[in-house]
Amino acid sequence: MINSLILRTATKLLFGLLLIFSIFLFFRGHNEPGGGFIGGLVGATAFALFAIAYGPKKSREILKLDPQVMIGAGLLFGVASGIISILLGTPFLTGAWIFPVIGGTELHLGTPLIFDIGVYLVVVGFTLGVIFSLEEEK
Amino acid sequence: MLTAILIAFIVALASPFVVKLAKDYSGWVLALLPAGLFAYFMTSYQLVGSGEVILESSSWLPGLDVHLSFLLDGLSLTFALLITGIGTLVLIYAGGYMKGHRYLDRFLMILILFMASMLGVVLSDNLIGLFIFWELTSVTSYLLIGFNNEKEESRSSALQALLITGLGGLALMGGLILMGLSAGTMSITEILNSGEIIREHPFYLGILILVLMGAFTKSAQFPVHFWLPGAMAAPTPVSAYLHSATMVKAGVYLLARLQPAMGGTTEWFYIVTGFGAVTMLVGGWLALAYTDLKRVLAYSTVMALGTITMLIGMGHDYALKAAAVFIVGHSLYKGALFMVAGSIDHEAGTRDVAYLGGLRKLMPITAAAAAIAALSMGGIPPMLGFIGKELVYEAALSATTFASILIIVAVLANIAVVASSAIVAITPFYGEEKKTPKHAHEAPVSMWIGPVILAAMGLIVGVFPSLADRSLFSATTTAISGVETSYYLSLWHGINLPLILSVVTLLSGLAVFKIWNNLRESSAMQGYARAFGDFPKATYEALLNGMLKFARFQIDAFQSGYLHRYMGTIIGVTIFGTAITLLLKANFVWPDFNDHINAYEVIVLALMILSALAAVAAKSALKAITALGLLGFSIALVYIMFSAPDLAITQVLVETLTVILAALVLVKIPKPVIVDRAGAKVRDAFIAISGGVLVTVMLLIILQGDLDLSLSEYFGETSYVLAHGRNIVNVILVDYRAIDTLGEIIVLGVAAFGIISLIKLYMNDKKEEKQS
Amino acid sequence: MEILLAITVGVLFASSIYLLLKRSLVRVVIGVLILSNAVNLAFFTMGRLTRGEPPLIAADEYVAAAGVANALPQALILTAIVIGFGLFAFALALIYRYYLATGNLQSDKMADAETPVADKFALANKEGE
Repeated sequence: MINSLILRTATKLLFGLLLIFSIFLFFRGHNEPGGGFIGGLVGATAFALFAIAYGPKKSREILKLDPQVMIGAGLLFGVASGIISILLGTPFLTGAWIFPVIGGTELHLGTPLIFDIGVYLVVVGFTLGVIFSLEEEK
Repeated sequence: MLTAILIAFIVALASPFVVKLAKDYSGWVLALLPAGLFAYFMTSYQLVGSGEVILESSSWLPGLDVHLSFLLDGLSLTFALLITGIGTLVLIYAGGYMKGHRYLDRFLMILILFMASMLGVVLSDNLIGLFIFWELTSVTSYLLIGFNNEKEESRSSALQALLITGLGGLALMGGLILMGLSAGTMSITEILNSGEIIREHPFYLGILILVLMGAFTKSAQFPVHFWLPGAMAAPTPVSAYLHSATMVKAGVYLLARLQPAMGGTTEWFYIVTGFGAVTMLVGGWLALAYTDLKRVLAYSTVMALGTITMLIGMGHDYALKAAAVFIVGHSLYKGALFMVAGSIDHEAGTRDVAYLGGLRKLMPITAAAAAIAALSMGGIPPMLGFIGKELVYEAALSATTFASILIIVAVLANIAVVASSAIVAITPFYGEEKKTPKHAHEAPVSMWIGPVILAAMGLIVGVFPSLADRSLFSATTTAISGVETSYYLSLWHGINLPLILSVVTLLSGLAVFKIWNNLRESSAMQGYARAFGDFPKATYEALLNGMLKFARFQIDAFQSGYLHRYMGTIIGVTIFGTAITLLLKANFVWPDFNDHINAYEVIVLALMILSALAAVAAKSALKAITALGLLGFSIALVYIMFSAPDLAITQVLVETLTVILAALVLVKIPKPVIVDRAGAKVRDAFIAISGGVLVTVMLLIILQGDLDLSLSEYFGETSYVLAHGRNIVNVILVDYRAIDTLGEIIVLGVAAFGIISLIKLYMNDKKEEKQS
Repeated sequence: MEILLAITVGVLFASSIYLLLKRSLVRVVIGVLILSNAVNLAFFTMGRLTRGEPPLIAADEYVAAAGVANALPQALILTAIVIGFGLFAFALALIYRYYLATGNLQSDKMADAETPVADKFALANKEGE
């Protein structure tokens, strides 16, 4: 934790921006550079920055979820997206898609998206789990 | 069927929560699962009993011909019904037996996991699928046998069972893969239809030996039979389930399943019948050398497994008919008797018959169940066990070769079984009352309902064999023999040789029981137990210790304990080996420098080289980290310049987090003060530079070869059309190669837990130290 | 250009090998980090270099244009970067834990660390019995 007014003030501004940016990167990942890994890393950076400015305890509080739980949930998402394929009678992790039209635009929703959410969660959980535990020991 | 197995696995994972809610009624509640599955399998009873075979398949790894495919014929239905039926009773029993146990939730969960895996074994129609479930049963049974993990005996018995069945599993894997390769298919149905290909294949003997190693170790055949009595360290519900009807029968199931493809040859007959007959005789009499009820039952199970193996080895009609009936009969009475032994142990505080007697008045229901089950075990009419034993005798008598030897072995072994059934059902319950560690009284409902139902089933099917003979038993025999079979069973065949032999067996068995106390303590019996019970076990232990000693010798000889020496050896050998291969095989030509190079690209590369060298030369960790950061960001620039935006973004982010992490840790660590000798520096520099040169040369050689772009082009063409994504890199990650990525995030997860526990556990230790 | 990159990769390999052979664990970890970067770059070079054509399919197209960069090595490297990060973090935590336990960071003193651990196990076993 670094006790600096400038860092803390900047963090307040950057934190939200980074989170939004992370989700933006995640969703555009299928068509433009981005995706679960990159989005996850940006998301983790947001909380890491917060942890440096305000300490890991505060950062954990706003994260709400335990990093370990995020990892578990992420792996569950990854495996679940594969199980869906099995239940549909295709090999494990074969992409399955639906194309609902919402508000006039056709959306492409598929199991790879669920899988990517899993990747996102694991990357965030991993990074934060490591940073928190290294920062908390004192 | 896939759904049935999946549901079982899911319920298993959810069971701890059920236990939390249902508390003392957990056994009853969780028993609904196997009960439901039992009902589900019963719906196929008519259809399968009439000779139909139900197949079901979903692909798993189609590229490797691995499918989650299942088949339900008489054989697998018999086993599925035993697994779910006895499973229901065992779960109820376990709920009572382990009532209030701290880890009841864990216990029931593993028990259900085992059940699900066992269902997988008997239903699989794919060799690899079968193998995976097979190994799952080994792992779960390891956890169950070693459940009382604070006891040294439990841990070592569990490990012993795991090592032996695991070794067999390894052999089995080899055998099954060879079999799949020889037949050109991994589907069991197809293999059974083309048995002559396997039998005439040059690999046949190899396949046979490997598969038999798997089956024999699982089914505790002589000389590795000793793991089964050892496994009695498990809580009794486990023995009642795994060691009567399921786990140990997986081996004979495999033999029965593959009989149409592999059986009928001379090799099969001699090996399988031989091992079965020896196991039968050895196991039967070993049961009489002990006073521990569970041990007596375990050895008589060894005898029964030997009998079934022998029958399948003989392979003629009578033998396979006998096997089908005997499997069911044995499962019913042995499951019941194991539960009885557990109830006695639970209520009286001991299961050593030397300290038991007169319990009949205190535990009347248990005593009655024990008596009925023991009648079946002793092969006395009108029980199913009687029909089974008659068939065994008939099978032995009608063997084409060695009939006289086989019938003598069968009669001798069964005499011992009659005596052991008397030991189990008479000694604890009749005679004068003895003072037991606990004041005995009747077991709760949950603990007598299982033995009562199982014993009653043995009686009902014995009296009314028409319930199963033309349907289940005939269909099972059809599956084992591969030939359409249908027959009736009956209790009375008139006075014939098997009946006369049965009477002889019964009378001699009772005579043996009469003199049992003297017999057990006689030096002949003690010597016999040492030679056939303890000696194989001692041999196994000696082998294991020898292996450990050898491992220790190796460690002392090769492991210096210094990391930098290991590193030097590994890297040096790699460089040397690769360099030699390159010199001998590759034809290196220095490529032309004629492509276009931009000045800024050269600057970035120079920056990379300089920062790497700066990291090497850095005297403090912080300087090194700074240099590393510079290196990482220049690599990101390379990725940007050469059309890899995803990589560049990832690299920048990872580099940032790397620097944060490194800074967090390294500020807390003092400067390293290690000064290397000049000689060491030169040596290291030499290894390092040769490694660098080697990599450059290799890269240059690779760059001059042709690059196969077909895969990348396929991704480019289909990424949007098939996978609905325009960012090809991301589509590869989450779709085309998703299983790779799944592996990767699993690794990340494992690494995170490793790191967190490394740091957290240390901190907790520290805190405790401070407090104390 | 590939040739220059191949030489650079060689230098990175050499630097990382030199560091891996050191007795200071901090330097070994730095060596691991350089090594993962070097391997990534080697892969990248092997997949051939393309300037200014990222592997994306244009918004109005259905298939990738001819001549876009090779996407496969990029996907492999992307996972490798993250795995490399995981490896680095794990190695770092490991040496840090080692430092906390022993107060030094020298790999040639690691053998000494084994004795007390072994004693601890022996003790734990005795208590268990």
